[in-house]
Amino acid sequence: MSDRYLNMFTKLKEQNEGAFIPFVTLGDPDIPTSLEIIRVLIRSGADALELGFPFSDPIADGPVIQRASLRALDSGVTPDDCFEMIRHIRDENEELPIGLLLYANLIVARGVERFYADAAAAGVDSILAADVPIRESALILEAARKHHISPVFIAAPGARDSVLKKIAAKGRGYTYLLSRAGVTGTESRAHTPASGMIRKLEALKAPPPVLGFGVSEKSHVRAALASGARGVFVGSAVVKIIEKNLENHKHMLKELEKYARGMKAATRGTTAS
Amino acid sequence: MSAQKPGRFGPYGGMYVPELLVPALEQLEEVFKTALADPSFMSEFNDLLKNYAGRPTPLTRVRNLIDNPRVRLYLKREDLLHGGAHKTNQVLGQALLTRRMGKKQVIAETGAGQHGVATAIACALMGLRARIYMGARDMERQQPNVFRMRLMGAEVIPVNSGSGTLKDAVNEALRDWSASYKESHYLLGTAAGPHPYPEMVREFQRMIGREARAQILEREGRLPDMAIACVGGGSNAIGLFADFIDERQVQLVGVEPAGKGLSSGQHGAAIAKGDKGILHGAYSYVMQNAQGQIQESYSISAGLDYPAVGPEHAWLNDSGRARYVAVTDQQALEAFQRLSRAEGIIPALESSHALAYALEYAEQCREETLLLVNLSGRGDKDLAHVNKILGKPNNE
Ligand SMILES: Cc1ncc(COP(=O)(O)O)c(C=O)c1O
Repeated sequence: MSDRYLNMFTKLKEQNEGAFIPFVTLGDPDIPTSLEIIRVLIRSGADALELGFPFSDPIADGPVIQRASLRALDSGVTPDDCFEMIRHIRDENEELPIGLLLYANLIVARGVERFYADAAAAGVDSILAADVPIRESALILEAARKHHISPVFIAAPGARDSVLKKIAAKGRGYTYLLSRAGVTGTESRAHTPASGMIRKLEALKAPPPVLGFGVSEKSHVRAALASGARGVFVGSAVVKIIEKNLENHKHMLKELEKYARGMKAATRGTTAS
Repeated sequence: MSAQKPGRFGPYGGMYVPELLVPALEQLEEVFKTALADPSFMSEFNDLLKNYAGRPTPLTRVRNLIDNPRVRLYLKREDLLHGGAHKTNQVLGQALLTRRMGKKQVIAETGAGQHGVATAIACALMGLRARIYMGARDMERQQPNVFRMRLMGAEVIPVNSGSGTLKDAVNEALRDWSASYKESHYLLGTAAGPHPYPEMVREFQRMIGREARAQILEREGRLPDMAIACVGGGSNAIGLFADFIDERQVQLVGVEPAGKGLSSGQHGAAIAKGDKGILHGAYSYVMQNAQGQIQESYSISAGLDYPAVGPEHAWLNDSGRARYVAVTDQQALEAFQRLSRAEGIIPALESSHALAYALEYAEQCREETLLLVNLSGRGDKDLAHVNKILGKPNNE
């Protein structure tokens, strides 16, 4: 199992910082631009990456990330292209944790074993399949273990203790702490998670919780870290900047840099304990 | 052929949904199980089916449709059910479960609009709010049903994403549900989707086959040689098949939509042409490209226009217990007209697919043969659509 997440969390803790982890869909709006976007995000303070593979039927995503998927698919982006892009990013960034967030059918269509082997070869650290809950995790656990890919699971609002226990036992890398019900998007803002949930995960020795869904402002970041989350995922807010500036890439990259720097700054000096 | 593991049919089925929705599905599973075993629930369900919806539906032997004297063809008349299709059966069951869970609101998807209409009916009856997602293209094809739903107080929400058909409506319904599961029940309209829907919908549709079995035994003194139903997601078919599955001498045939032809790429034949995959919470046969992107299905009938199939059908196919064939738009249109003309019964375009296969099969029969076709719905909703097609040259 790669230690990149562990190293990141350890280092950030020493620096009294939380993790800023942007999400983008690979190949949105096209492959060269997408690579530029990812490089800018890394330069601007991303502590790790969460990368989506475009999928035709993203049921856990709101309109912003749905459109990102469509843009990438319209440019003809395939999983092969996605792995190729990741290989580039990995070559340029030895220590950066790289996670995938995608839908189960892409894994099944390639063959679970082959998908995890290819992900490992490309330099992926973790995979979260949005529609593989812990009760169906048998689908991927064996391949994840074999190829040293951390399987990530979601701690959702109202999750039963028995589920949290399984997430703690089977999850690796980090725990995706869902801030609220619903799909991805900034229309409905992140809620600070019940700190009870975070304490439970800690007591169960679950991988470090990182909060996602609806995080778009610095105040959300500070609230999340203050409640004990070890970092935040910022997806739709980043993708919105891409979408708004499709006609002007220079401006897009500038805006992304400004936004990412601001969000990263909000992770400093605000962690709990 | 029951599930070995809860929610599994052979390797198929499962609960492939975001973790967030698992508690809502597990609650539904629990409530469904206790309700099935609760005589007061079943007696209310049966009372509604009988005194509100009009069960049992008749079994009609066709008089003029079949030329081959060796063949007797019976139609199970779900077209005569309140609402105009078999959909009403299971919707009443799920509406009762909604009330049992203390929820006041229902979300549904609809393709042909028949499930939406059935949902609107049940919600009006039981004082539930209904929010129904329907592909924009389907709303155009099925105008009268949109009006019916709204008349009965349901909110109909057009879905423009993707192909604007049933698949996209299911996506939107799932997205809505992931925000509203505390107050709302997702009233899925077919025997597909995550556990427990395939099993629950089968149990709430199995009276189709149970009644037909008793009716044909009474009329003919024996079981049919073949039971035939069209397959969209698979609810009317599994409802017809369920009580015959253990009767090995009864051939079970599911009819998928071949659209403009199986090699045209424009069809909805998930079993004939799809690959194993995961869509809308279940592992089953799914129409997809080599990378796993779901393909758009196509059929003249909106109710069959779905790129996957319920997981129990995937298993019935693989295990060989049922056989799945495909019928084109053109064949379905011909059957639609032939039944109207010969028997004075206008079938739904969906059901016309099942009928078309029966007509083709009947021609070749050399022995005494007893055929049972599930006439899953009536064609009123299709009149404008068919009229438009028949008015054009070449049925463009
Ligand atoms: C009359 C009729 N038959 C069949 C179907 C197909 O659905 P299923 O395969 O679930 O029976 C529909 C769906 O809308 C329908 O309206």
